[in-house]
Amino acid sequence: MRITITVNGVDHSVDVRGPESLLHVLREEMALPGSKNACEQGECGSCSVVLDGDVVCSCLVMAVDANGSTVRTVEGYADHDVLHPVQTALLDGGGVQCGFCTPGFVVAAAELFDVNPTPTSDEIREALAGNVCRCTGYGAILRGLEELAARNAGGGA
Amino acid sequence: MTFTTQRREVRSGVGTSADRPDGIPKVKGNFAYSSDLSAHGALWGATLRSPHAHARITRLDIGPALRVPGVSAILTYDDVPGRKVFGLEEADQPVLADGEVRYWGEPIAVVAADDAEDARRALEAIVVEYDVLEPLVDPEEAARRDETFRTMTVRRGDPEARGEVVVEGYYDTGMQDQAPLGPEAGLAIPDGEGGVDLYVATQWSHVDHEQIVAALGVPPDRVRVHLSGIGGAFGAREDVSLQIHLCMLAMHTGRPVRMVYNRAESFVGHVHRHPSRMWYRHEATRDGTLVRVTARLLLDGGAYMSSSRAVMANAAYFAVGPYRCDSVEVHGVMTRTNNPPCGAMRGFGAVQSCFGYESQMDRLADALGMDPVELRLRNALAPGDHMPTTGQLIEGSLPTAEVIERLRAIPLPSGLDATHPLHLPGGTGLTTSPGDVVRGVGYAVGMKNLMFSEAFDDFTEVRIVLTPVGVEIHTAAAEVGQGLITVCQQIARSVLDMEHVAVIFDDTSQIGSAGSTSASRQTQMTGGAVLAATTELRDRILAEYGADRLDAQGVWREGELTVSVDELCQRGPAEHHVRFRHPPTARPDDNGQGDVHVDFAVAAHRAVVDVDPELGLVRVVRVDTVQDVGKVLNPRALVGQIEGGIMQGVGLAVMEELVLDGGRIRNANFTDYLLPTFADAPDVVAEFVEEPSHFGPFGAKGAGEPPTISSTPAVAAAIRAATGRPITRVPVHPDDIIGL
Ligand code: FES
Ligand code: FES
Repeated sequence: MRITITVNGVDHSVDVRGPESLLHVLREEMALPGSKNACEQGECGSCSVVLDGDVVCSCLVMAVDANGSTVRTVEGYADHDVLHPVQTALLDGGGVQCGFCTPGFVVAAAELFDVNPTPTSDEIREALAGNVCRCTGYGAILRGLEELAARNAGGGA
Repeated sequence: MTFTTQRREVRSGVGTSADRPDGIPKVKGNFAYSSDLSAHGALWGATLRSPHAHARITRLDIGPALRVPGVSAILTYDDVPGRKVFGLEEADQPVLADGEVRYWGEPIAVVAADDAEDARRALEAIVVEYDVLEPLVDPEEAARRDETFRTMTVRRGDPEARGEVVVEGYYDTGMQDQAPLGPEAGLAIPDGEGGVDLYVATQWSHVDHEQIVAALGVPPDRVRVHLSGIGGAFGAREDVSLQIHLCMLAMHTGRPVRMVYNRAESFVGHVHRHPSRMWYRHEATRDGTLVRVTARLLLDGGAYMSSSRAVMANAAYFAVGPYRCDSVEVHGVMTRTNNPPCGAMRGFGAVQSCFGYESQMDRLADALGMDPVELRLRNALAPGDHMPTTGQLIEGSLPTAEVIERLRAIPLPSGLDATHPLHLPGGTGLTTSPGDVVRGVGYAVGMKNLMFSEAFDDFTEVRIVLTPVGVEIHTAAAEVGQGLITVCQQIARSVLDMEHVAVIFDDTSQIGSAGSTSASRQTQMTGGAVLAATTELRDRILAEYGADRLDAQGVWREGELTVSVDELCQRGPAEHHVRFRHPPTARPDDNGQGDVHVDFAVAAHRAVVDVDPELGLVRVVRVDTVQDVGKVLNPRALVGQIEGGIMQGVGLAVMEELVLDGGRIRNANFTDYLLPTFADAPDVVAEFVEEPSHFGPFGAKGAGEPPTISSTPAVAAAIRAATGRPITRVPVHPDDIIGL
């Protein structure tokens, strides 16, 4: 069956057999491998994308169910060389080691900051509790995002 | 020709928190991991695995599977063209099952098909019949039957030495998984001339290469192993997983083949941390001086050897920890069973015994009525002392007492913070009422060898190339996320006074081995090689031009630029290659004595936990640490290693364990194998002691493993302090706290 999904502002039409996940179709059919496949069972958040406004695990969404939807993936956050503030915050804090969890953190954190530009530490922890990182122990991710929140609170100074 | 120009200072040299060169692609989602690779016309590979822990294969029929549409190849044991076994220390593991399967998940056949779905259908169509055999899964029984990979005894000092105060105990550690987030994956592309290029995430491309060419039965120059993007490793990528299978399929079909394990397959596709059962007796004088330590360590290696012999040695050599003791006897047994193969994981044997000896130190302090920190200080190992186990004289730096004292001086956190359920043991499950929570504090100290030991010829190669725009560092060292790539750049920048440094990962045909990214060795080894190569190149250039300074603009004499960098690159010398070795180590004698290690690091951890004793729930509030790092090369990257390592140590303490049943893993998925999340992450206060190593670059020591070693027993000690329960096994389960 042929489905059409708008990903990062671009319409993609692809044929699917039926059982493929949105993650699989993004990675294999749409040449957008940024969303990661660490567990493919909804437990790690490495595949996080925004689907019609909600952060979801794209490994748990059937591609056919996303037909006609709008999706934003990690590839849709930087404007060419200008990084999204969350991307810069993760780098500055040291929150990127192997980076396999990073796409999921970028998406989940960007959506958090979109709704709440000045989250507390606990709000950051809670919002990102579905994203597993095996390398950093989370401290560096937290520090980077706390600093972004502090900067936002200070009026972007 | 002379130019008069101002010199520019290099900004991101040694000691700065220089940015990772791969950081921007990683946050943009553009960084190519091995699981992201594809090639035009690539087939999908898949693996048929044993559903039994032990069985004879009585029938294997691939006929029906070959008729599945889209299938290009199905290969079994008979199709392995060369040596039919592989292995890190000894080739004992069949590339594909040899008629018998010895662990649950052992590969039997591999398939290449047009897509993943076709490959899956082909696997289902392969007919295998088994004569199921009783699996040997009890390590104690295996030891009785002499089913072992290594037995060893370390004996030192007077066996008759006796202390007035004696404590004994049994301790167990569970089987932990490295669980790197990036699954095993690779892409093999045949070159059309009888050879193949493999792109894979590995910790050591050259040792993969050796095993691949042996299995393919081809000359070494037919196979090139290329490092692709690596999504974490922690020991899981030291052994061959899909490397040989991919090359076989590509050679057989003449087409590119890719393979990506899913998470369940990843859990059986790599080795794990050895589970252990340990018995210890510590004897001390009444004032707390250790007199004698005896231990029996039983580690289970599972079905195949992997790096089990070296893990056994490490567990035994570090069985006493960083403490002076002149009478020691340690028996180590590494068993062979039908459990999943175990091998390298961060800490490599030193993790298991640290839980044993640190639990004993607390027990001894209790028996002596002494403060546990004082007991550790009283026995703290220092330069000039001898290793309690091997008798090796400690040279260079080993600031054991200092890490303990500084750790004790870090202020403790204030009491229970009940402002948010995240801070309570039950978390957002809202199970715990703040009034029930009890707090505990525990200390532990650990020690680890750095780099390879026991006379292993440990080397790494680096080639430095000067170009008009800067410096290239060529290496085959694996960047697994830890930041070696950044540290190499920083060293080159500082030596050559050039800001622009590129690290280029060569394939196995372009440069010699860098050795493994393991054993906390790459900062000292490949970092050391970069220091040596850049220093030698700089000195050659200065000598050639009678100059006194080199930087990005060129060669300087007495404040004047005499040769531009463009001209220097044309005239040379502009290239330098080194094979760098650490000082040699010795093989142990029959009693495990000798100078078997090249360098050591110590770290101390203090855990603060809040426990709900009714429900047996634990929240690790904070883990503080002071670590012996020699010299800080990149503070931000170093903190990253420390916090990440602590998190894995906390995981082993309270939640991470592969649960086995008759050799079968019951929780090979992220739903049931619990990884610490943001909700579980303790705050960390980390400090460093900088006492230079005797040979690391700028005095630096490897730092990746110590955080994972003593953090586990520190958490266990804190739970003991909070609950009064004995806590002799990790991970600690609610039942151990409730006392059921
Ligand atoms: S890959 Fe989707 S949650 Fe892990
Ligand atoms: S950086 Fe490796 S998993 Fe997060």
